[in-house]
Amino acid sequence: MISDFFAPAVLIGIITSGIRLATPYLYATVGETFGQLSGVLNLGVEGMMLMGAFAGFYMTFKTGDPWLGLLAAILVGALMGLAMAFISVTLQAEQGISGIGVYLFGLGMSELLFQKTLGTVETVSGFPALRIPFLADLPVIGNIFFNHNVLVYGAYLLVPLSWFILHRTTWGLQVKAVGQNPAAADSLGVSVARVRYLTVTVGGVLSSVAGASLSIALLNVFQQNLTSGMGFIAVALVYFGGWSPLGALAGSLLFSTVNALQNWVQVLGIPVPSDFAVMMPYVLTILILVIALRKVRQPAALTKPFERGEG
Amino acid sequence: MTRSPRKRVKPKDMMSYRRWLGPLTPVLAALAALLIGALMLMALGANPLEAYAAMVDGAFGSVNAFADTIVKATPLLFVGAGICISFRGGVINIGGEGQLIVGALAATLGALTLGHWPGWALIPICLTLGFLAGALWGAIPGALKASLNVNEILTTIMMNQIAVQGMNFLLRGPMMDPIQIKQGSFIPQTARFPITADLPRLSPTRLHAGVFLAVVVAILVWALLWRTTIGFRIRAVGMNPNASRRAGIHVSRYAMLSLLLSGALAGLGGATQVLGVNHRMFTDGSAAGFTGSAGFNGIVAALFGQLHPLGTIPASVLFGAMLVGANKMQRAVQVPSALITALNGLVVVFVVGSEIWRRRLASQQEAIEPTAATPVATQESSVP
Repeated sequence: MISDFFAPAVLIGIITSGIRLATPYLYATVGETFGQLSGVLNLGVEGMMLMGAFAGFYMTFKTGDPWLGLLAAILVGALMGLAMAFISVTLQAEQGISGIGVYLFGLGMSELLFQKTLGTVETVSGFPALRIPFLADLPVIGNIFFNHNVLVYGAYLLVPLSWFILHRTTWGLQVKAVGQNPAAADSLGVSVARVRYLTVTVGGVLSSVAGASLSIALLNVFQQNLTSGMGFIAVALVYFGGWSPLGALAGSLLFSTVNALQNWVQVLGIPVPSDFAVMMPYVLTILILVIALRKVRQPAALTKPFERGEG
Repeated sequence: MTRSPRKRVKPKDMMSYRRWLGPLTPVLAALAALLIGALMLMALGANPLEAYAAMVDGAFGSVNAFADTIVKATPLLFVGAGICISFRGGVINIGGEGQLIVGALAATLGALTLGHWPGWALIPICLTLGFLAGALWGAIPGALKASLNVNEILTTIMMNQIAVQGMNFLLRGPMMDPIQIKQGSFIPQTARFPITADLPRLSPTRLHAGVFLAVVVAILVWALLWRTTIGFRIRAVGMNPNASRRAGIHVSRYAMLSLLLSGALAGLGGATQVLGVNHRMFTDGSAAGFTGSAGFNGIVAALFGQLHPLGTIPASVLFGAMLVGANKMQRAVQVPSALITALNGLVVVFVVGSEIWRRRLASQQEAIEPTAATPVATQESSVP
């Protein structure tokens, strides 16, 4: 049985599903990275993912068009992101606690809407796999890399895109300045509030898309608490990734591969209690936090509300 | 925060309304949440008055309903009293769910292995086991924070998931009820505890002695925080870690202590829950299946009680009532009880969102009459 594990088909299966399953982590982690770099810890990612997953699913279920579902998820995410920005930037609420409030709201609201509108677990035909011509026909790597749906490709394109935005544009510099030293950024004429509103809203949209990627691209179902903690892991992955999109990519891939591995361990019947296999990623996250925090410093103003004249 | 001179014109009058506005903010926040809830109910085609009336009736309409409310409030109070310690100490413990679970597991192990012991010895031992297991579950993130400055919000969340999987493993495997195995039904639950492990109960209601234990614990937490040096230091660290360090307080040690105590009380809550209500442990695979999200709702109750353990007592009853009443509401107006989870989230958001006005009032009040500002658990304070 253990030897099955190293059969090429199994390895390809693990890598392929690892790449697929990284999608929700990638969207959510990159989105959260923007917010945290500007100094806002959004702990409500999980709630936003659930709302996005429901909105995307419901719209797709009703119209049959996953693109409209994606649009609905983007709108819901933008609204929730704006609300979170209002709470943490304008009202300067304690971010660790208000994020739990947003999580509970998303958890309750998505379940409420689900039970009221659908009632039972339904399925939709979400985004179909999009074979990239020629590349998908390559032996071995063709299926691993070039035979996914559009939201999977989008997640991977997001990494270089956000890297470019953060490191090669003025706005990216402003984001980092606001997160490191808001008073200095403010004195140079950068609106701290505007930058943070935008990053948190972007984070909301990406969290929501992360949820939708589960409900209309990867699993094509919605049920209560569909994300079951992925949003919280995404927050941890931001720390793991050292507040960089490339780090987010590494963390998401590591996590999804561990997940894929654990699925295959169960499929192959390798005698590890499945509960321990499910537990593994969380233990790993704690270890990662311990290791990662010693290497990289977090944005100096993370979780600190900014008020002019406070120094 | 600038103070305008206008505010100092009539200090006496200003003080009186400020004194009232502070404690009133959570009530206003809850009213705002209920108002939004009413709009949501209307949007869902239900009559909000009818829905809320059904909720009140479901929570307080009969002796049994009231007893159920109090029983539901009990784990919230245990968690909430612990949250008062940790948030006052500047440590954000989101791990109530996991701490409840490990506390319940430890008590379960005790009740099942020492079942032949007399009740007067067995029950305290089980409660102590729950307390210790919760303390351990809080101490791990506490130690990581104290020694390596690992963010406790994230570690406590991860510890929740680890506890859930541990529970699932134990209840599906070594701790499964032998009868389930013999019958081949394999429902993931333990055997029923021996009767001697049952907490005394006020029949015919479900009211059990754990309720009184919770109230005593809340009072003890109040005494700890406001009548002992340790409590003073915990609060000092939460309010201003830098000043505390300069005053010679071992800041990271106290952060660890507040997380440990907070976890211990949640663990005690979990133990009380299995000994007083369920008399066995069971799982549906998720944390909420066992805890009913008490680990999160306890945070809501504590915030609502202004992080004061005595204020958390009525706050827990209120949220216990909402949870019990939600079922009746679901039957009366066909609105899923998940509405209450969403409303609880709004209460949290509104309570912490309205802190800004409370802080401003406090700083203005300080200008008139120098008193200590109300502490707010802040992340800044987590720097060692």
